[in-house]
Amino acid sequence: MIITAKGISKSYKRGKGGKGFVQVLSDTDLSIEGGKVYVIYGRSGSGKSTLMNILAGILSPSSGSVSYDGRDIYSLSDRELSALRCLSVGYIPQMHSAVGTLTVRENILLPSAVSEKPVDSARADELIDLLGLTELADVRANVLSGGELRRLSLARALVNSPSVIFADEPTNDLDDECAKLVVQTLHASAQAGAAVVIVTHELFARSDADVVLCMQNSSLVREKG
Amino acid sequence: MSIKKLLLKSITGRPLRSLALLFICAIMSGAVYGGAVVWASLDNGISSLEKRLGADIIVVPKSAGEKTKLEEMLLQGTVGYFYMDKSVSDELDKIDGVEKQSSQYFLVSASSECCSAKVQIIGFDEDTDISVKPWLQNSYSKRLGQNEIIVGSKLTTKVGQIFKLYGVECKAVGKLESTGTGVDTAVYASSDTVKGLIRAAQSKGISVLSKQSPDDVISSVYIKVREGYDIDEVTAKINLDIDGVQAVRTRSMITGTADKLSVLSAGITILIAAVCILSAVIMLVVFTALANERKGEFALLRVIGFSRARLARQVLGEAFVICVIGALAGIAAASAAVFPFGALIEKKADLPMLSPGILSVTGYALIAFSAVCVTGPLASAYSAYRLSRIDTGRILREGDS
Ligand SMILES: Nc1ncnc2c1ncn2[C@@H]1O[C@H](COP(=O)(O)OP(=O)(O)OP(=O)(O)O)[C@@H](O)[C@H]1O
Ligand SMILES: [Mg+2]
Repeated sequence: MIITAKGISKSYKRGKGGKGFVQVLSDTDLSIEGGKVYVIYGRSGSGKSTLMNILAGILSPSSGSVSYDGRDIYSLSDRELSALRCLSVGYIPQMHSAVGTLTVRENILLPSAVSEKPVDSARADELIDLLGLTELADVRANVLSGGELRRLSLARALVNSPSVIFADEPTNDLDDECAKLVVQTLHASAQAGAAVVIVTHELFARSDADVVLCMQNSSLVREKG
Repeated sequence: MSIKKLLLKSITGRPLRSLALLFICAIMSGAVYGGAVVWASLDNGISSLEKRLGADIIVVPKSAGEKTKLEEMLLQGTVGYFYMDKSVSDELDKIDGVEKQSSQYFLVSASSECCSAKVQIIGFDEDTDISVKPWLQNSYSKRLGQNEIIVGSKLTTKVGQIFKLYGVECKAVGKLESTGTGVDTAVYASSDTVKGLIRAAQSKGISVLSKQSPDDVISSVYIKVREGYDIDEVTAKINLDIDGVQAVRTRSMITGTADKLSVLSAGITILIAAVCILSAVIMLVVFTALANERKGEFALLRVIGFSRARLARQVLGEAFVICVIGALAGIAAASAAVFPFGALIEKKADLPMLSPGILSVTGYALIAFSAVCVTGPLASAYSAYRLSRIDTGRILREGDS
């Protein structure tokens, strides 16, 4: 899968009555391909999450286009784009997210239930074991700690074995060991052929990455690769 | 895990919230359905009352007492009898505006003779009758023979049963449908049968009638006023021209009841409307608040591939399931309350009650059911729609679930 972002700009309304504007991204280009790990870092508020959301197909840019294998995703119908997200995109939001009324296992299986493929519970169990959630598998998600939720998000993003993975600060709330495990798991997905984009401040992640990008002045600066 | 299970889990996973919503739905459906059934019962009662009266004016002897007493006897089943001279009938013929008239004979059974309580016996003239026949028709269409009797619905006497009144063997040939009025405890016979019974009573030494022969008396005359004449004027003329009688406009006897009913039905309508509006507002507020609270969850579902339509279906589905269960519970509870207590309401409100047929009851249940099952999803549809218009990335930022 090759993802190309061309001339992406994004501005938000801000201030009283929404009269003012803040330009978060301006004319940003980026190309992502399968099998590689991309790390994006940058100051808080520089627009990293905004860029990730645009790339993942959940936030339309003010201008510019995002295409997956040449298909402009923001010109797709809502149904087509949703199907694409379900089958091809794994997304780990910066905010904690889980359906509180479901158990950890059910949360992880959710994307696999949404796609009409047969539910891959073997894959789910493998991820549960790998990320140390075995004992929590049948616990309701609304009692989990921050780090546990973070790992749940990762397992959920990987359960459909998507071809592109966006991880927005996936190591927040985690101890060093756990953080390493998470980054390793993402690298394993890249080795299996997925394109992996990680927003993180972890230095070790930067050194392991194939490409490192820094978000500066509303634009991406390539630092490595 | 299927998507249906997700829907169920989000309902069972929040038991308190779901129960509260169920309760609101139940109240709404119960109020609409229960109110409609009570209203229809009262309405049924009053129209059967009106039909039964058939005549425009009733003439009775002055000695029959005040209007309210008469009303009690004719409408509420208090037993009684009185007689006046037969010549009243001829005098009535001379009154301008009297189109048809028919005499009736009243008698009360001696207690402990045929039935557990005293029974009102009403004899009517089948050739001239205007008030009894039309609604007797359903029970017995042939001419009533000597000592043949039609019994009210509340009496235990069965069709075909032979029983004695003042020692005379009578045969029950028909049973009336329930009317919710005093008629339900009365029996009907031809004038000749009643005259015979009066004689039998006299021969037993029971002084029903002092001097005259039963052939010379009547109890009441039912009058139909000729088209174009004012009923009130004719009533006044009878009262003025004929001595010893009182003429009462039949409608005035039921207006007391009808007034009570219209006040009550207006009250019920207002109550239903208030409960509906209140429930709808509460539903709207609750569903909106819930959707807000669950923004993060919804955004997450969008991220993992729910389309807008599917998310809307999920939200509406949840609301629908709750509304269906709540509405059914409300209807069941209202049924359990209204039908057994119908008799109590009748007594307390002093109004005739007549349960509507199964078809209309089903109709009311359906209306109540749909009212709830439309309002609930509609209330949540608004928030579902609002949610689906915003970029998921944006909701995701706001929501933290
Ligand atoms: N919906 C919005 N309306 C107005 N301003 C917004 C909105 N979303 C984001 N912003 C602003 O855009 C800027 C970029 O936000 P973004 O979340 O992309 O930054 P970030 O680089 O991910 O920050 P962090 O490292 O803290 O997560 C911020 O200044 C933020 O306040
Ligand atoms: Mg961010």
